[in-house]
Amino acid sequence: MFRVLRDLLRYDGRFRFAFILLAAVVVMILLSFVSPYDPNKTFVVAMDAPPSLEHLFGTSSRGQDIFWWLTFAVRNSLIMGVITAAISRVIAIIVGLTAGYQGGWLDKVMMSVNDSFVILPLLPILILLGFLLRDQMNLFLLGVILGLFGWPYDARLIRSQVLSLKERSFTRTAVYSGTNGFWITINEHLPFVLPIVFATTINNLLWSLGMEVTLSVLGLSDLTTPSIGTALFWANQHGALVAGVWWWIAAPALVAIILFLGLYLFFASINEYIDPRTRLRLMGG
Amino acid sequence: MRKFILRYLIPRILQTLTIIFVGITVTFIIPRLSPTDPVEAQISMMMARGETLDPQSIASMRAALTDLYGLSGGPVQQYFAFWGRLLRGDLGPSLANFPTPVSEMIGQAMPYTLSLLITAVIISWIFGNLFGALSSYYPKNRVLSVIEVLGQAVRPIPYYIVALVLLVVFAFFIPIFPFSGAYPIGTKPNWSLEFIWTFLQHAALPAATLVLVGFGGWFIGMKSLTSNIISEDYVVYAETAGLKENKILRNYIMRNALLPQLTGLAMSLGTVFSGALIMEVVFGFPGLGSLTMVAVYRNDYSMIMGIAIYSIIGVAAAVFLIDLIYPLFDPRVRYQ
Amino acid sequence: MALLSVQNLCAYYRTEIYGISRTVRAVDGVSFDLFQNEVYGVAGESSCGKTTLIKVISGNIKPPLKVNSGNVNYHFGAYDVDILHISQDELRRNVRWKEISYVMQGSMSVLNPVRKIIKTFEDIVDTHERIPDKKKFLEQVREHVNRLGLPTEVLDSYPHQLSGGMRQRVAIALATMFHPSLIIADEPTTALDVVVQRGVLQMIKDIQALSDNTVLLVTHDMAVHANVADRVMIMYAGRIAEEAPTDSIFNTPLHPYTQHLIRSLPKIGERSTKASLRGAPPNLANPPSGCRFHVRCPYVMDVCRTEVPDLVPVRENHRVACHLVKETSL
Repeated sequence: MFRVLRDLLRYDGRFRFAFILLAAVVVMILLSFVSPYDPNKTFVVAMDAPPSLEHLFGTSSRGQDIFWWLTFAVRNSLIMGVITAAISRVIAIIVGLTAGYQGGWLDKVMMSVNDSFVILPLLPILILLGFLLRDQMNLFLLGVILGLFGWPYDARLIRSQVLSLKERSFTRTAVYSGTNGFWITINEHLPFVLPIVFATTINNLLWSLGMEVTLSVLGLSDLTTPSIGTALFWANQHGALVAGVWWWIAAPALVAIILFLGLYLFFASINEYIDPRTRLRLMGG
Repeated sequence: MRKFILRYLIPRILQTLTIIFVGITVTFIIPRLSPTDPVEAQISMMMARGETLDPQSIASMRAALTDLYGLSGGPVQQYFAFWGRLLRGDLGPSLANFPTPVSEMIGQAMPYTLSLLITAVIISWIFGNLFGALSSYYPKNRVLSVIEVLGQAVRPIPYYIVALVLLVVFAFFIPIFPFSGAYPIGTKPNWSLEFIWTFLQHAALPAATLVLVGFGGWFIGMKSLTSNIISEDYVVYAETAGLKENKILRNYIMRNALLPQLTGLAMSLGTVFSGALIMEVVFGFPGLGSLTMVAVYRNDYSMIMGIAIYSIIGVAAAVFLIDLIYPLFDPRVRYQ
Repeated sequence: MALLSVQNLCAYYRTEIYGISRTVRAVDGVSFDLFQNEVYGVAGESSCGKTTLIKVISGNIKPPLKVNSGNVNYHFGAYDVDILHISQDELRRNVRWKEISYVMQGSMSVLNPVRKIIKTFEDIVDTHERIPDKKKFLEQVREHVNRLGLPTEVLDSYPHQLSGGMRQRVAIALATMFHPSLIIADEPTTALDVVVQRGVLQMIKDIQALSDNTVLLVTHDMAVHANVADRVMIMYAGRIAEEAPTDSIFNTPLHPYTQHLIRSLPKIGERSTKASLRGAPPNLANPPSGCRFHVRCPYVMDVCRTEVPDLVPVRENHRVACHLVKETSL
């Protein structure tokens, strides 16, 4: 694992860039634990102050230091993302493995439903949900809900992998030698399935974080908890752009861009490194 | 022909119906699972607005609302009643704009969303795929590499943030595009050239956002797809036979790569649609997105419900359309 | 005069990625001649360099493949071609398909799945010659495929509608459109059942007899060589081990590797067990010193480990690269 990172750091410029971005994000998260300001208190500093040495990202119309507020935002958003990732991984694995191994009509029915979820426009449905659960909504609940909707794409990927594994000779050998089906899955197949799960986690993270931003901006999540989306929501509420407090919008947007770009490039580089076909392509010339 | 209908058409129709069925059922179940009782919420909101109602009126109001929301009777009864109303095209009245029916308001907003969506999707799909394929076939080209970097940079960013950036840039720094609404306040929509021109100006930014984000995605997907196809036997054969480069690109590589990309397009419609909704919110474009936003603010439950249902059916229908087009491109499906 | 003269050809694959560079010496010092009107077989196990050799001979040299040294010269009647230094344009215009054509390995999938067969014909012909009269062209193609035993309906179909054997024949038909001087057939019978194999081989023999051209047939299947080839060349680890007329190869193989190949062929009525060579095919990124076969050779001598044996003629038309043979024939 470390050799992968070392090779990538040394030879892949894109990876180095991503690494820097993510390091910045991690720093922000760690800083949230030593924040001098409590994110739940408003009007603790001068309002609408532009960025300066004292307030790195300036202050908001609610009298909060934007930089320190955002450290909490990043932390919370990521925690939510991890919750979604965890739940949807579990569901995706269960669905993918079951459909792949069982085959037959169960597989067909499951995949039909699966594809429905892939195609359905989730935002209107999530808006409906968000609207109804407004009062109870918090980041944790949002994470769970997103987890319940974020599995179908990956379930299908896992299922294809299982299908191809079933046909391979080493599986037949195991079956003929009398190994119990469950152990075949765990011992022989999981090493092939897990890399896919790993690779799809990042996509899932990107998606769920994006959804969080979108839903919060619409006002459909817990607006007192700092998150990247709620930052933007509050900025809009106070008409930041119109009032000329542009840093209130720019800062969360900037942080969001760093986070998303960093995550995406990081895992794109790793995937390219691991996939032998891209290696072949990179070697040509 | 019969085989084609049996093996391809019927499963596709079934799949579309399943999508609609699953989607509508989910939309049906969600409100009934939530702890909020929309009827009570509505009544308390009305009371908060300062309307005084005596207990009798409240009771009849409650009965009317329950019926309106389709909450009368047991769950199974409700479900069938739900479908019944749907099939009749009745989505109920908008609560914020009582008694305008939801379907009417959706009908008004629809053309805006559709025009935005269709243009953006087609442009980003065509150009994303084109440049992705070129970038894969000419890997040393500088211009294409730059485009690739830009595409990769924009792709993971959520629509909302890209919209925000564009908004800030074009509203504050380079004010050439109007950044709100679809036409100046006070103008009545009509088919005059003048109107169409202002409309295009207003639609430019939301469309641009959609195109930018979509472009990156198609570019990268197409690039990796093309690299795989380049090493396929029939391409190597064509090269060995000495076929000219653009002939190979056009007829051998692209024609084959477009097939999975077409399927991908169908799969992505739901996401793009969601993106379009957000675009409208940011840029104040009077389509379904803005309608949703307003509905959320004004607690217009039936509107939100209606939009959800409408989106599901709309996207499923669009996917089915693509399913119908696909055999035109893939002879393997046409002739079994 | 020889149709093709290959001298001391060295072609390597050079890769450099994530800080690791590797050179695979796929073809390392190969010299041979091809003459008019013969079927020349190239035999050897997987990754012995046969496919690389073919790529270089047909001018299909793309990175990471690079020709290190050597000459590949063609004499097509009055037209001489140095394939290593010819421009891509001229290659496409005058050489490919007109003088040298190709029947690929896995002809199952060489046809574009979204184009009708006749369109593929058009594509290929159009590249080398303008088609003035569409109707006449169609007639010519129809005649051509009929002569090869294919029904005319084939032209109007898509590849997935044809069987594997038919697709292989279409590939052969495509390769012979311009009656080229050299047809390179790379594993034309792999993945076909024996009945279809026979048909394809017969087709190749007929074409060669009809047009008096040369066929370079590459396959690991010795039975195919026995059936069709006039001369056979045995490749091992990027070098030629032995080259002789088919009869000599099968009746009096001189190189230990060839001997083993021949001995491993089953004969009807035989009931003995076949011994396998010890060891595994060499890693061409790090080949053994001296004679590359020495690691697995049952008759290995000290000199084999250090000195590379030259390919020398020991009899008329019969060349071997082995220290053992050199010694005994002295």
